[in-house]
Amino acid sequence: MEDQKVFAPASDNDGPEHLCRGSKLFGPDALCNKVLRKEKLAETVTLLEIQAPLIAAASRAGQFVVVRPNERAERIPLTISDADKQNGTITVIFQEVGRTTKELGLIDEGDCVPDVAGPLGTPSEIENFGTVACVGGGVGIAFLRPIVAALKDAGNNVITILGARDKSLLILEDEMRRVSDELLITTDNGSYGVKGFVTDALRGILDSGRPVSAVFAIGPMPMMRAISDLTRPYKVKTIVSLDPIMIDGTGMCGGCRVTVGGVTRFTCVDGPDFDAHQVDWDELKNRKLAYYEEERLAMERAAEVAK
Amino acid sequence: MKKEIKKRLPMPHQPAEERVENFLEVALGYNEEQALEEASRCLQCKQQPCVKGCPVGIDIPGFIKMVSEGHFAEAASLVKSANSLPAICGRVCPQEEQCEQVCVMNKLGEPIAIGRLERFVADFEASHGNGSAPSEIRPRHPELHEYAVAVVGSGPAGLTVAGELAKMGYSVTIFEALHKPGGVLRYGIPEFRLPRDILDREIDYVRSLGVQALNNVIIGKTITIDQLLQNGFEAVFVGSGAGAPSMMNIPGENLNGVLSANEFLTRVNLMKANRFPEYATPVRIPNKAAVIGAGNVAMDAARTSLRIGAREVSIVYRRSRTEMPARAEEIENAIEEGVRLHLLTNPTRFIGNEKGWLTAMECIRMELGEPDSSGRRRPVPIKGSEFMMEVDSAIVAIGQAPNPLIRMSTPGLQTESWGGIIVDAATGATSVPGVFSGGDAVTGAATVITAMGAGKTAALGIDAFIRRKHGLPMG
Ligand SMILES: Cc1cc2nc3c(=O)[nH]c(=O)nc-3n(C[C@H](O)[C@H](O)[C@H](O)COP(=O)(O)OP(=O)(O)OC[C@H]3O[C@@H](n4cnc5c(N)ncnc54)[C@H](O)[C@@H]3O)c2cc1C
Ligand SMILES: Cc1cc2nc3c(=O)[nH]c(=O)nc-3n(C[C@H](O)[C@H](O)[C@H](O)COP(=O)(O)OP(=O)(O)OC[C@H]3O[C@@H](n4cnc5c(N)ncnc54)[C@H](O)[C@@H]3O)c2cc1C
Ligand code: SF4
Ligand code: SF4
Ligand code: FES
Repeated sequence: MEDQKVFAPASDNDGPEHLCRGSKLFGPDALCNKVLRKEKLAETVTLLEIQAPLIAAASRAGQFVVVRPNERAERIPLTISDADKQNGTITVIFQEVGRTTKELGLIDEGDCVPDVAGPLGTPSEIENFGTVACVGGGVGIAFLRPIVAALKDAGNNVITILGARDKSLLILEDEMRRVSDELLITTDNGSYGVKGFVTDALRGILDSGRPVSAVFAIGPMPMMRAISDLTRPYKVKTIVSLDPIMIDGTGMCGGCRVTVGGVTRFTCVDGPDFDAHQVDWDELKNRKLAYYEEERLAMERAAEVAK
Repeated sequence: MKKEIKKRLPMPHQPAEERVENFLEVALGYNEEQALEEASRCLQCKQQPCVKGCPVGIDIPGFIKMVSEGHFAEAASLVKSANSLPAICGRVCPQEEQCEQVCVMNKLGEPIAIGRLERFVADFEASHGNGSAPSEIRPRHPELHEYAVAVVGSGPAGLTVAGELAKMGYSVTIFEALHKPGGVLRYGIPEFRLPRDILDREIDYVRSLGVQALNNVIIGKTITIDQLLQNGFEAVFVGSGAGAPSMMNIPGENLNGVLSANEFLTRVNLMKANRFPEYATPVRIPNKAAVIGAGNVAMDAARTSLRIGAREVSIVYRRSRTEMPARAEEIENAIEEGVRLHLLTNPTRFIGNEKGWLTAMECIRMELGEPDSSGRRRPVPIKGSEFMMEVDSAIVAIGQAPNPLIRMSTPGLQTESWGGIIVDAATGATSVPGVFSGGDAVTGAATVITAMGAGKTAALGIDAFIRRKHGLPMG
C-alpha cells in the first residue's frame, strides 16, 4: 500500500514531486507533466513538449489545457498545439506576455509542470468543407496547426495563410507547409513572404473566385476581428478561436463569458471556437482588459522578485 | 419551584470591527470549561430526537455525555465513527434547521449547541494529537482491497464516500478537476468561516485511510466514466457538485465588474487573490459592491468583499428578511460587520461606462404575493418603482446548477431537466450500472451535511453492488 498516499498534504507547499509518482492504474508517469522538450521558437515564443498521456489520448483539434507553473501562479489556458498519442505527449506553444507565461518559460527540460489539466473546450468542428482557408497570426499559428492537420485529414483542400510582424517572429513554417496544400506568408514589414497583412492575402483568394467554403482564423483579437469583417460580405462561414480571461476552464466561474449571436456563452465549455460573424467583439475587447492594471502590477512584481 | 433553565453558552467571536480587516476565523470556539458547561445542559433524552435531525445520524447524546464527563478524545472518536469531517460540519452545518431544530431543549428555551460541541471535540482531538491515529484504523475487510472504486470530485460527498469505502477495505481513488481537493469547501466557503488548515487536516485524514487523491483530472474530458469502468474500477461515484453559476440574464450582465459569486470566491479562496500581487491572480477591489441573492454564497461574497477592502457592501434580495436562505448565524455576522440589506429589491439591468465597466444597477422594488410551489410567498415587481443604485461591482449569487460535463460524456445517464442526476434514494445508484451519485450533483445546491449523508448512503450502495457482482457475502 506504499504508493497509496500519492499526494502530499494539500498545502501551499504542494510541489511537483508528489505528482510524479502517479497512480498504479494509470502508470507511474500519467500525471507527472514532465517537460521532455523545450525549444525557443522566437524571441518570446517557447515550445514545451509535456508528458501527459491521458490528455494526449483524449485530445482533439481545437482543445486546450489549463496550466499553472507554480504554487502562486494563475491558472492560464494554452491550446494543445500537438498531441502525440503514441508517446503520450502534448505540445504547447506560448508567447511570454505577462507574469504567468514568463514563469512557465522558466521551467526546464526534465522538470515537471505542477498543474496541467485538460483537454478542455469543445473540439473544432472538422468536416469536409471542400476548400478551406486557414489564417494564423503570431502565436495563433501554433493553435491553428492541429486544426489544419485535422481538416487535411478530413479531405479538405487547405490553403494556409500565416502572418507575422517580422520574419523572426514567424513560427512553425515547415510543419504548416507539410500539412497544407498551399501556404502563403505575409509579414507586416515585408521581411519575408509578401509584405502586408493576412487580410490582404485572404482578400486576394476570395476575390480570385476560388470556392472557399470556410475560413478558420486564429490570432490576436484585432486580426480575427478584421478577418471576420472581411469575410462577412462574402458570406463565407468563418470560425474564430476566442481567448477571454479564464480561471477554471471547466464551466465553474463564468469568467470566460462572451456574447455570440446575442446569447451569453462560456468559452471554456461552449467554445473556444465560435462563428466570427456572431461575436460581440467590443464586449470581448473590454472584458480582456478587465485586469489590465493588475496584470501590469503583477509583471512589475515578478521583475522585482527576479532581481 | 421551577428549576431554572440555563441558557446556552454564547460562542466567543472576533470583534466585528477587527475581523473585517482579516481573514481569520470569526467564531473562536468553546474552551474546555465552556464545553463542559454547555454539555451539562443536555437532558440525555431517551427518544434522541436530535439524532434523527442529523443527516449522518451522529450519536449526539452519546458524545455529549462523554464531553460532560471530560472524555473529549473518546467523544471525538464517537463522532468520527459517523462523520468523517466533524470539524467542518461543526462549523458550517445549518444546525438550526437540523439537529438543533429538533432538540427538546428548543421548547424549553434554547437548544443544546450541538454543532459547537462537535467542533470542540474535533478541534480538541486535532490539537491533542492522538484520537484515532490513522495507522490504527484497520480496514474492516482487507480482502476488499483488490476492488477499486473511482470517486469523481473531492467535495464533502466525494470525501465521505472515499473515507467510508476505504474504512471498509476498498482501494479508492478520487479524481478532482481543480488543482486542489475540497470542492466548495476550498473554493467557495471562505477561510474566515472554515480555516484552511482545518480543511487540510480533514482531507489528510481521508488520505490517511489509504485514499488516493488525484488533482487535475476532469472526468468526462481527461478520461470518461466508461473508461474508468473499463480500466479496473468496479464502480464510480459521481460527486461533481453543482458548480455551474446561474446568471440573471438581464441586460449588461457581461460588463466588467459583474461577476458570478463562484468567480469572485474562487479568485479569493482558491487562487488567494486577497494576497495579490504575492499570488498572481488578481481581484478587483470594489468601492461599492452589490451582492445579488441571500443564501450562504451571497453572505460569503458580501463578507469577503468587505475583507478585501470594499467601502460599502449591500445584499440585494427580492424577498424579505424571513425568506433569506443563509444560515441565521451568518446573516447576523454579516450585518454586524456592516453589510447592508436591500430587501424586496431586484436588479433589472446593469449600466456601464464607455470602457465597459459597471457603474450602476437599475433595480425594481418587489412585494410578496401568493405562496409559490416552494411554499414561499412569490415576489412580484411593483410597477414603476424602478430606481438606480450606484455600484462598481455586482456579484451574482442566485444559485448554481450541476456542471454538464459528466452528463454530456456519459451515455445513458438519466438526469432531471435542470441537470440533476437521477438516483435511487436508497442506494445512490444512477441509471448506469456501476455508477452512483450523491450530493449537489443530485440535489442541486444544498448543504455539506446532506452531501455527506448521500455519500454514506452511496458507500453502502457501492459495497452491496460490488459484493453482489463478485458473489461475496454481504458485509
Ligand atoms: C482557450 C485559450 C487558448 C489559449 N492558447 C494560447 C496558446 O496556445 N499560446 C499562448 O501564448 N497564449 C494562449 N492563450 C492566451 C494565454 O492564456 C494568455 O496569454 C495568458 O493567460 C497570459 O498570462 P500572463 O500572466 O502571462 O499575462 P497577463 O499579464 O496576465 O496578461 C496578458 C494578456 O493575456 C490575457 N490574459 C490574462 N490572464 C488570462 C487568463 N487567465 N486567461 C486567458 N487570457 C488571459 C490578458 O487579457 C492580456 O491580454 C490562450 C487563451 C485562451 C482563452
Ligand atoms: C460559497 C458557498 C457557501 C456555502 N456555505 C455552506 C454552509 O455554510 N453550510 C452548508 O452546509 N453548506 C454550504 N454550502 C453548500 C455546500 O458547500 C455544498 O452543498 C456542498 O459542498 C456540496 O458537496 P458536493 O460534494 O456535492 O459538491 P462540491 O463541494 O461542489 O464538490 C464537487 C467537486 O467536484 C469537482 N468536479 C466537478 N466536476 C468534475 C469532473 N467532471 N471531474 C472531476 N472533478 C469534478 C469540483 O471541482 C468540486 O471540487 C455553501 C456553498 C457555497 C458555494
Ligand atoms: S453533523 Fe451537522 S446536523 Fe449532524 S450533529 Fe453535527 S451539526 Fe448537527
Ligand atoms: S434532544 Fe437535545 S437535550 Fe435531548 S439528547 Fe439530544 S441534544 Fe440532548
Ligand atoms: S473559465 Fe471559468 S467558466 Fe470558463
